[in-house]
Amino acid sequence: MTDIQGLAGLIPLFPIIGAFIFGMSAVFGDKFFKGNTVRVVSVFSPLMIFISFAIGLIYFAKIIQLPVDSRVIHEVVFPWFKSALFVSNIGFALDPLSIIMVLIVSGVSFLIHVYSIGYMRGDPGYSRFFSYLNLFTGMMLILVMADNLLLMFVGWEGVGLCSYLLIGFWYKDINNSRAGMKAFIVNRIGDFAFIIGMFTMFWVLGNATGIYSFDFSFLNSNASVLAKETILGFPAPEFICIMFFIGATGKSAQIPLYTWLPDAMAGPTPVSALIHAATMVTAGVFMIGRLGGLFMQAPIALTVVAIIGGFTALFAATIALTQNDIKKVLAYSTVSQLGYMFLAMGVGAFSAGIFHLMTHAFFKGLLFLGSGSVILGMHHDQDMRHMGGLAPRMKITGRTFLIGVLAISGIFPFAGFFSKDEILFNTFLASHGSIGPLVANILYTLGIVTAALTAFYMFRQYFMTFSGEFRGSPKDDHGHHGAHKLEDVHESPKVVTIPLMILALLSAVAGFFNLPEVMGGGAWFHHFLASVWPAPKGDHSQYHSLEISLAALSVTVALVSVGVSYIFYRKKKELPGKVVSKIPKIHQTLYNKYYVDELYDKIAVQPVLSGSRGIGWFDKYIVDAVVNGVGSVTKYVSKINGWIDANIVDGAVNGLSNLVLWAGGKIRKIQTGYLYNYFYYAVGGAMIIAIIMIIL
Amino acid sequence: MINEHILTFITFFPLLGIPAILLLPKDKINAARWITLIVLGVSLVLSIDLYFLYDVTNPVRAYSEARSDLMFVEDLIWIKAFDIHYLVGVDGLSMPMVILTTFVSFVGAISSWDIKKAQRGYFILYILLYVGMMGVFVSIDFFLFYVFWEIMLLPMYFLIGIWGGPRKEYAAIKFFLYTLFGSVFMLIVMISFYLFSDLDPDPNKVLHTFNLVELGKSGVLMGPFVDGFLGLSAGAIKTIAWIFLFIGFAIKIPAFPFHTWLPDAHVEAPTAISVILAGVLLKMGTYGLIRINYPILPMETANLGPYLFAGLGVINIIYGALAAMAQTDLKKLIAYSSVSHMGFVMLGMGAFNIAGLNGAVLQMFNHGTITSMLFLLVGVVYDRAHHRDIDGFGGLASVVPKYTAFTAFAFFAGLGLPGLSGFISEALCFIGGFQQYKILTMIAASGVILNAAYLLWAFQRIFLGKLNEKYSDLPEIKMREVFSLVPMAAFVLVFGVYPLPILNLMAPTLEKIIEIIKPFVG
Repeated sequence: MTDIQGLAGLIPLFPIIGAFIFGMSAVFGDKFFKGNTVRVVSVFSPLMIFISFAIGLIYFAKIIQLPVDSRVIHEVVFPWFKSALFVSNIGFALDPLSIIMVLIVSGVSFLIHVYSIGYMRGDPGYSRFFSYLNLFTGMMLILVMADNLLLMFVGWEGVGLCSYLLIGFWYKDINNSRAGMKAFIVNRIGDFAFIIGMFTMFWVLGNATGIYSFDFSFLNSNASVLAKETILGFPAPEFICIMFFIGATGKSAQIPLYTWLPDAMAGPTPVSALIHAATMVTAGVFMIGRLGGLFMQAPIALTVVAIIGGFTALFAATIALTQNDIKKVLAYSTVSQLGYMFLAMGVGAFSAGIFHLMTHAFFKGLLFLGSGSVILGMHHDQDMRHMGGLAPRMKITGRTFLIGVLAISGIFPFAGFFSKDEILFNTFLASHGSIGPLVANILYTLGIVTAALTAFYMFRQYFMTFSGEFRGSPKDDHGHHGAHKLEDVHESPKVVTIPLMILALLSAVAGFFNLPEVMGGGAWFHHFLASVWPAPKGDHSQYHSLEISLAALSVTVALVSVGVSYIFYRKKKELPGKVVSKIPKIHQTLYNKYYVDELYDKIAVQPVLSGSRGIGWFDKYIVDAVVNGVGSVTKYVSKINGWIDANIVDGAVNGLSNLVLWAGGKIRKIQTGYLYNYFYYAVGGAMIIAIIMIIL
Repeated sequence: MINEHILTFITFFPLLGIPAILLLPKDKINAARWITLIVLGVSLVLSIDLYFLYDVTNPVRAYSEARSDLMFVEDLIWIKAFDIHYLVGVDGLSMPMVILTTFVSFVGAISSWDIKKAQRGYFILYILLYVGMMGVFVSIDFFLFYVFWEIMLLPMYFLIGIWGGPRKEYAAIKFFLYTLFGSVFMLIVMISFYLFSDLDPDPNKVLHTFNLVELGKSGVLMGPFVDGFLGLSAGAIKTIAWIFLFIGFAIKIPAFPFHTWLPDAHVEAPTAISVILAGVLLKMGTYGLIRINYPILPMETANLGPYLFAGLGVINIIYGALAAMAQTDLKKLIAYSSVSHMGFVMLGMGAFNIAGLNGAVLQMFNHGTITSMLFLLVGVVYDRAHHRDIDGFGGLASVVPKYTAFTAFAFFAGLGLPGLSGFISEALCFIGGFQQYKILTMIAASGVILNAAYLLWAFQRIFLGKLNEKYSDLPEIKMREVFSLVPMAAFVLVFGVYPLPILNLMAPTLEKIIEIIKPFVG
């Protein structure tokens, strides 16, 4: 089975075919599948993803069998962009990095497809939903498998499209549509930088090497050539990497382009789980990994990545402290966790970043799906202030959610502990690298404070939702929404809870894929990915004892936070209110997300809109007015001229123009003056030419 | 026989429809649209045939050894006294335009189905319009080119002026005079090219020519183009000639600030005519610049191109996008989006490298297909709601899902979504532009944000949100309308994923054109 070749293209193709078929069914309605829409879609949409996953496994098996230094399978489907200057193919390169991503994406996507069968049951847009979800998966697979930047960009924008479509899935509420549009446009701002990075790299590298190409293998292996080059006065690798990173801040919701992600929670919860937690938002992290060879040439850019990542992690965690919407907490938590991943990438710990990407996909996917199950159970009420004490009513959801909370809080031995610890350890060690001790220590502090906050707000969420007294939705708002009595709350069906259990299992044990040597493991994940990037300098094995102490520190911090959270939300419930009343300004600022949306509206959105109105005015009342002015002046001149003409030039010309005027039919009545002009131009032109001829 | 004279057939065969339409009995006037569809269908099939016959490795009736990519040449003496030839041929530059013209015209004929007023006149003019456009793209003789250029004006004038909207007269006159104003400049240059050209190597004999290929050869242009004139140097004369030609073509593109006729013409024109206008006519401007300015005045092209191609192109992109955002009339919005999208063509043209020129010509084709879809779709909703006010709809997605799906597809194609054809050409224009103009191209690239913003914003206001109850029983898109959209959608999708057929088609010619200009680019 493992000698199958040329199948890589099928991995994204199957979901795309599915998207097309279910899209047709969505457009043509129930008759497309002869009334069996729900049944057909429920079986075949997840199946498409499962096939991709299965083919991915085959390739995974193939890659493992290859020698460590040549673990890449490259398959070209056909040439795509082609000019005398360069060729870019529809081609896929599967190496340890991309195959891991393929398995994460298709695996998590499959589980979420299954979950959605239950979650979206009865929705009038059932088929449309699965069409989008399939398309998303296909695009995400293209993104991670592409062998060149241009093709990656297809996936990059393709997932953005699907994100747009799915955030605004319930389009009848204009706010959902607005959130979708915001996501797309903010992402486009990032894409604009991405494009600039892409083309700068193409030309600078091409001019330096004589080979023009967008292929990753070429870019990464020749990136060192860039070191001597400059662009617009900046060192080329730094400029290019900063541009790519701005692209990443859009897709992966980092400062300053993160504002779309919390709004994106308007989409159905499986979408939040798949796109806005597990896969798409990690594309920026993956991209830095994919371009690792390039980023290693840009120490300043990497430092920027680490700093932005570190600050975003803390910044978003502080906002998450105050949110009451069950999904909003998770959204800010995602922004924060993505910050961790960028922190890892920035300190050069690529495999640690990707490892956290994977464990995060499991536990954040789990948490979102769990919150979706809660939302189902609560009859579409998302406000945690109305929840509480749900654990006995929703046993599976409650337990699996707790596993997710433990994992994200970094409690040993859940997955998040290992991945987060790896990042913190590497950040600490970065003081020996190009970042320098000061920045590294600040970053480590940011990381550990964020870890404390994370444990706090995640347990806050758990306590507010699952333990204590049930508070119930208020009766007055939304008559049909919400659960008013605990008896109204119900556990979700198996099709929802089974994916929860699988993800919970993965969240519990995935850490062992990368068990550090100091704990007796082989760091399999790290070693598997290591061949993707040039070997880093230095050896970390001398820091084993340090690693243990740092791990102990972070677990202690997390446990203390859990304890504080327990006191706040279980023991002394008046405490949160007291604290808030002590610092109302700070609380308001956090609750309103530092007013960043309002700021962007003032400094970006409104200026563009008024600029556009200004241009519209300018076009109508200046540019066009000049044209019309020239027209009317000519008309008056022609009237005078016409008088002279009628009295001086003989009737032959008049006869001819009358003939044409007759042809003009009814138009003649209104605009005769203009038609005369035509003749004057033509006659005038001929006269000029005649004069030229006579002179010569 | 047909293959020998395939270009003549493609261009003139539809003329046979005119007597047929005139001979229709009064009660069978509806058949005019069938006749038009059939004659244009024949040309369409022939153009597909032409695509398969066009093979650079096996040229048919090539112009010369050196220009073997210029094929299916027919050369007859038309007016002997002035050395005017009926000289037609196609190369990699005109092939995509020929195919675009037959497809867009055919699709436009389908969407003309509901024309009720004076059908005979409409379809006769429509056929004439087609002949004029096709003639422009196949002419290799400047005079012939000019004649077709002017032929196309008149039917367009009447088609807007008679079958148009409330302000049709104003729009028609504006279009007509504006274009005519430009073509007077072209005329002057054309005649001076003729008068000061000499093909005869014998210094005592003179042989003037309108032949565009020969005019591009060094040493053919004489007189003021070598010695100067009225105290102006030869360089200045050439620069003036270049600018005159540019004015003529820029109005058609339309390049800022010559663009204001376009929104008016579009808003007033009937749907099919808007489709033709945006789908084919605008391309004649950029086509003319590449066909005439590039090879005949390469040095001036290299000198002025950075400002008037790339510079104005970037203004077009940004200005057009911002102006589009300010519109409330959907058709006007699409019209300004054309201004923006044609800016990409100009940027690519101004790049003076193969990627840019490839991108420019491909963008001409892709914009033709994408914008055709957009105007067809505007027509669909206008037919039903009788207005185009973007804010006057709301929530249509739940009433007309098929129409919504087509519009979403066209809008995303319009905003250059990767995987659809517009992305390929825009990216090539950027790649090309970036080599020459870093900052300028970066500014241009910000157009991708603006394009997304105004298209998605319009989409949201029309289709999403709460349904406007006025339109709760808006009829869904009809089969005939779907037929007119599908060919365009197919081009957009196929060339987005597999653009090789069209890239290979144009590559040999465009490489030759770049070779001409290269020595002059600093």
